[in-house]
Amino acid sequence: MAEIPLRACHECDLLYRIDLKSTARAAKCGRCGAVLLRRRRDSLDKTLAFTLAGLILFAVANSFAFLEFEMQGQITQTTLITGIRALYAQGMWVLALLVFLTIILAPLLQLLGLIYVLLPLKLQRIPWKLPQVFRLVHALQPWAMMEVFMLGILVSVVKLGEMAIIVPGIALWSYGILILALAGSVASLDSDLVWEKVGLRS
Amino acid sequence: MICPRCAAALHQRKPHSIGRTWALLLAAYLLYVPANVLPIMNSASLGYERSDTILSGVNYLIVSGMWPIALVVFFASILVPLLKLVVLTYLLVSVQRRSRWRPKDRARLYRVTEGIGRWSMVDIYVVTILVALVQLGSVAKVEAAPGALFFAAVVVLTMFAARAFDPRLIWDALANSDD
Repeated sequence: MAEIPLRACHECDLLYRIDLKSTARAAKCGRCGAVLLRRRRDSLDKTLAFTLAGLILFAVANSFAFLEFEMQGQITQTTLITGIRALYAQGMWVLALLVFLTIILAPLLQLLGLIYVLLPLKLQRIPWKLPQVFRLVHALQPWAMMEVFMLGILVSVVKLGEMAIIVPGIALWSYGILILALAGSVASLDSDLVWEKVGLRS
Repeated sequence: MICPRCAAALHQRKPHSIGRTWALLLAAYLLYVPANVLPIMNSASLGYERSDTILSGVNYLIVSGMWPIALVVFFASILVPLLKLVVLTYLLVSVQRRSRWRPKDRARLYRVTEGIGRWSMVDIYVVTILVALVQLGSVAKVEAAPGALFFAAVVVLTMFAARAFDPRLIWDALANSDD
C-alpha cells in the first residue's frame, strides 16, 4: 500500500495524513476549523448536471425580459443588460464594468470552465490546460455575485412598489433558478477528485 | 518553486501579505468617506427631485415603513463594510504584535469577514436596477451619482484586502514561541 501523502491545512498550515479513500464525507482542521476536504458522492455527474442546467438557464436569463416597469401608463421593459448599458450611458463605465463582471461574466466563465474541466473527465480524458482553467474557476468564485444581485432586485422592487407596477419576466425566474443551479454545482463539486486526475509533472 | 501538480507558484506565506493588506485597507478607509458622504443616486419623479446617500437610502426605507428591507440594506451597506474595515485592521495589528490570544476565534473572524463582504454590493445593484427601470424622461428618471463609484471601490478594495491577508500568520505566533 502506498504511503498517504501529507496535506497542509490551507488556512493554518497544520499537516495531516488523510486517506481520501476512507474519508466518506468532510474533514475539518482540528486546530483552526477550516474545511480541509469535502468528499461528494457522484460528484462528477451531479456537478455536470447542475452546470449544464445552469448554462441553459443563463442563456434564457440573458435573452428575455427581466423586469417590466409600469408607471403612469408608460411601460419600460428591461433585460439583464439594460442597467449596465444605462450606467455606461451616464458615464459610469467603471461601475458598468464591475456590474457586468459580477453578474454576467464571472458566472458565465465559471459555468463554461466547469464544463470544460468536467466533461472530458467524465469521458476519461484530460482537457488541455486543466490546472489553469480549474484554478480560474476557483478564483472567479468570490466575484460571481448573482445572489447579491437577486437581493438587490428585491430591494428595488420594494422601493418602487408604491409608485409603479413591476412585473417579473421569464428571465428573472431563470436567473433565480440559475442561482440555485450554480450553488448546487459548487456544493456537489469535489475538487480533490479533479486534482487526483492531474498527474504530477517531473 | 512551482506546484508539480497545478503549476501554481508556491509560497510559504502569501507574499508581502501584511504590507499589501494594509495598503488596500488604508485605500478603502480613505474612499469610505466620500462613499458615505456623496450621493449614490439622483432621482426625479414628477418634478420632485431627491438625491440619496447610502445612509439616507436606509432612512427613506425606515420612514416609509419598509423596515425589514431597511434592516437588510443597513446590514449589507453600512454594517458589513464597517465591520470589514475594523476586523481586518484588528487582525493585522494582532498578527503584527504576534498575539497568541484566541487564534481559533480570530481564524473564524477572518473566514466570516472574507465571506460576507460580497453582500455590500447590494446597493450598487439597486442603483443599477433603478437606473434601468426608471427611464421615463420627464415623468421619472434615476441617475447614478459619484458616491456609488466610491462605494463600489470600497467593496472591491476590502475584498482584495481580505484575500491579501494570510490567515496562517495568525498561527505563526504560536508555532515560534513554543521553544
